[in-house]
Amino acid sequence: MAVLNEEQSMIRDGAKSWVQEKSPVTAFRKLRDSGNADGFDRAAWKEMAEMGWAGILIPEEFGGTGLGYLTLGLVLEETGRTLTASPLISTALTATTALLLAGSDAQKQKYLPAIAEGKLIATLAVDEGPHHHPEKIALAGSASGGKVKLNGKKTFVLDGGTADLVIVAARTSGKPGEKGGITLVLVDGKASGLSREKLKTVDSRGYANLTFKDVEGEVLGTVDQGAGVLETTLDRARIGLTAEMLGQAAQSFEITLEYLKTREQFGQKIGTFQALQHRAAKMFTDLELGRSCVEGALAAIDRDANDVAQLASLAKAKVGDLVHTVSNEMVQMHGGIGMTDAHDAGLYLKRARAQEATFGGSSYHRDRYATLLGY
Amino acid sequence: MSAAANADPQLEAFRLEARKWLEENFPKSLVGKAGMMMGEEAASRNADFDKWKKAMGDKGWGTPTWPKQYGAGGLSTAQARVLQQEMGKIGAWNPIGGMGVMMFGPTLLEYGSEEQKKKHVPGIVKGEVWWCQGYSEPGAGSDLASLRTQCIDKGDHYLVNGQKIWTSGAQYADMCFALVRTDNTKKHEGISFLLIDMKSPGVEVRPIKLISGNSPFCETFFTDVKVPKENLMGPLNGGWTIGKRLLQFERQGLGGGIGGGGLNRGGETRTIDQVAKAYAGANDNGQVADADLRMRITNHMMDARAFMLTVQRAMSEAKGNAGPSATTSIMKNAGSRIGQERAELLVEVMGHQGLGWEGEGFTRDELDTVRGWLGGKATTIYGGSQEIQNNIIAKRILGLLDHQ
Ligand SMILES: Cc1cc2nc3c(=O)[nH]c(=O)nc-3n(C[C@H](O)[C@H](O)[C@H](O)COP(=O)(O)OP(=O)(O)OC[C@H]3O[C@@H](n4cnc5c(N)ncnc54)[C@H](O)[C@@H]3O)c2cc1C
Repeated sequence: MAVLNEEQSMIRDGAKSWVQEKSPVTAFRKLRDSGNADGFDRAAWKEMAEMGWAGILIPEEFGGTGLGYLTLGLVLEETGRTLTASPLISTALTATTALLLAGSDAQKQKYLPAIAEGKLIATLAVDEGPHHHPEKIALAGSASGGKVKLNGKKTFVLDGGTADLVIVAARTSGKPGEKGGITLVLVDGKASGLSREKLKTVDSRGYANLTFKDVEGEVLGTVDQGAGVLETTLDRARIGLTAEMLGQAAQSFEITLEYLKTREQFGQKIGTFQALQHRAAKMFTDLELGRSCVEGALAAIDRDANDVAQLASLAKAKVGDLVHTVSNEMVQMHGGIGMTDAHDAGLYLKRARAQEATFGGSSYHRDRYATLLGY
Repeated sequence: MSAAANADPQLEAFRLEARKWLEENFPKSLVGKAGMMMGEEAASRNADFDKWKKAMGDKGWGTPTWPKQYGAGGLSTAQARVLQQEMGKIGAWNPIGGMGVMMFGPTLLEYGSEEQKKKHVPGIVKGEVWWCQGYSEPGAGSDLASLRTQCIDKGDHYLVNGQKIWTSGAQYADMCFALVRTDNTKKHEGISFLLIDMKSPGVEVRPIKLISGNSPFCETFFTDVKVPKENLMGPLNGGWTIGKRLLQFERQGLGGGIGGGGLNRGGETRTIDQVAKAYAGANDNGQVADADLRMRITNHMMDARAFMLTVQRAMSEAKGNAGPSATTSIMKNAGSRIGQERAELLVEVMGHQGLGWEGEGFTRDELDTVRGWLGGKATTIYGGSQEIQNNIIAKRILGLLDHQ
């Protein structure tokens, strides 16, 4: 565990107890079973914002606390433990990062205080097909005088069905595959010409496919020069997401460990069988390695280190593999009970696969890591 | 397609007979519909299915190698293989299935009394009686022999009390083959093999929902259920041997067959390399673009190929042999692992499209692939978990005993 200052410890402890009391897995299950179309609980989000979580990255001058990524990571780890689905990832982490990196003072003033207050849901729309390929952006944008007209589609946008503000990565010049020619565009969630198709996904989070038909938006940052900001935003989002994944892996591991210590077969605890012991030991080892990647990467953003991109890909690949394994083992080691919908194992498994795919899977990030290191 | 030069003339005569019969009886409308129509809850059956099932049931070819005297096919293994080949050629499939065919029937033929065989085999052969497996209990899973469902001798009948769990298809079953406790003082030697009519008063089933969203299995409660004496199969307190024999048939079916451990569980039917190119893209050479994914897909496809070769080898080696051997454990573990890997790769390759649960934005195949991926997680749990199979391999086959 990272060495925390007093403020960070308080926030983490506060998050731990709020999550346990107000947002246990049963709350997520209830949300899922209620057929909630938003993919998160608005009342819970209000409470999260009141505790300051929506504004952890936002400087005080814009209504936040400016505590940074490691602190937000501590909260995400706790919410990840209970599968809490909230706009923390889409709004407080990803969209906020883009606004902080590229927003004009006026734009920051317009959006950041509202985000910090929990009144504005925002998201970043990048992908256009089944896989994460920011370098292949094709959605057409024609820019003139600070405005951009958008035509095309975005897929699997997190909280895309509810977002009041969608930050769209558009191609304003050049061809898909080229680095230049990307522009970030601020689009009102209710803009005319924008249609949103909410998706019912395996992990019951609020994703949507968005279609743009002559939708007008406002430039965020510089026309044609958005690729750099986009990449930095994505790296920070990836790292924040791995904090959530880490909490989730840790929790599913602990639940499984507890089961190994209670379930009896052949007159003994199943945890006494070496076949299971060694796998538990291996998972524990990988959890520790994964934690180092996540905390190292979060701290690197806060220090503005020059290897954040590498650390982002490292963490996303390692922790992606970690949640993959741990979620599978959770089902397997619980036996029949782990296969039932009434047990939580399936919920962890389903969420894990969605996170693995979000912002690039392990293959994508292994390849990117090698490229970044020059081989 | 000419028959091999050294083909057995009698076998070739049978081939022609089978071909002709299949041509006359298999409704063409059923080609490719096996997946939709098999399984006890299938809602998509129709008149053609009923007709086909009746024809195969009457002919006994759904259970081709079982003895003719109980209405089954009475074919030799070689003939059965020819029948299968001929069915494959025209896309015909076996409409007679379920646990009765896969597990209970073969066990009944080995251990049942003559009266029991006469009474129960024909219903399985015709596909008229569905059987379920009452083995597992909440406290007795991997350690099956710790089961506690009580069976007491009441003179002219048995009285059964207790609970089974994970009973697949119990909500549709007519009959249950169950392991029950008839002696509390011994573990393995206190278990009997009992056939229970699911319509008996005191039998209650409650479906359990799986992570894949469907409810293929149940909790099954027995409260003062009266079972006729003639439904005891094998000797009193001699059920464990029979029960284990049945598990061998189960594992053999799961490993090599199209059952749970098979390589394909609905949804995408294309090979993964094709799916990967469709969803994740190909490079200019027509290869899967993502190099890491390409290697992992290759690894899986090689595993699958090795497995298919092993299935074929086991089949040809089994020709002279009687029934399944301890090596069926290898098949079950290999088959279920490879099947799960395929499902994981499919979901990964489909990316966001492999994360749908229902509704708009996803194709039927995509949604079925996701459900199949989830449901397939059970293949390393049921029929003896992967860990239990590995223990069997280590102890019985490799001789790595606990205390040496
Ligand atoms: C979809 C599905 C359908 C099923 N259908 C039927 C059915 O029709 N009829 C029926 O009777 N049962 C059925 N079962 C039950 C199945 O046989 C049991 O789930 C299985 O035997 C495991 O038992 P358990 O669930 O109690 O897990 P447990 O035995 O509690 O096992 C929990 C974990 O401990 C491991 N473990 C246990 N012992 C050891 C050991 N000695 N060494 C190492 N690891 C060990 C297991 O492998 C597993 O990972 C079904 C199960 C499923 C999931």
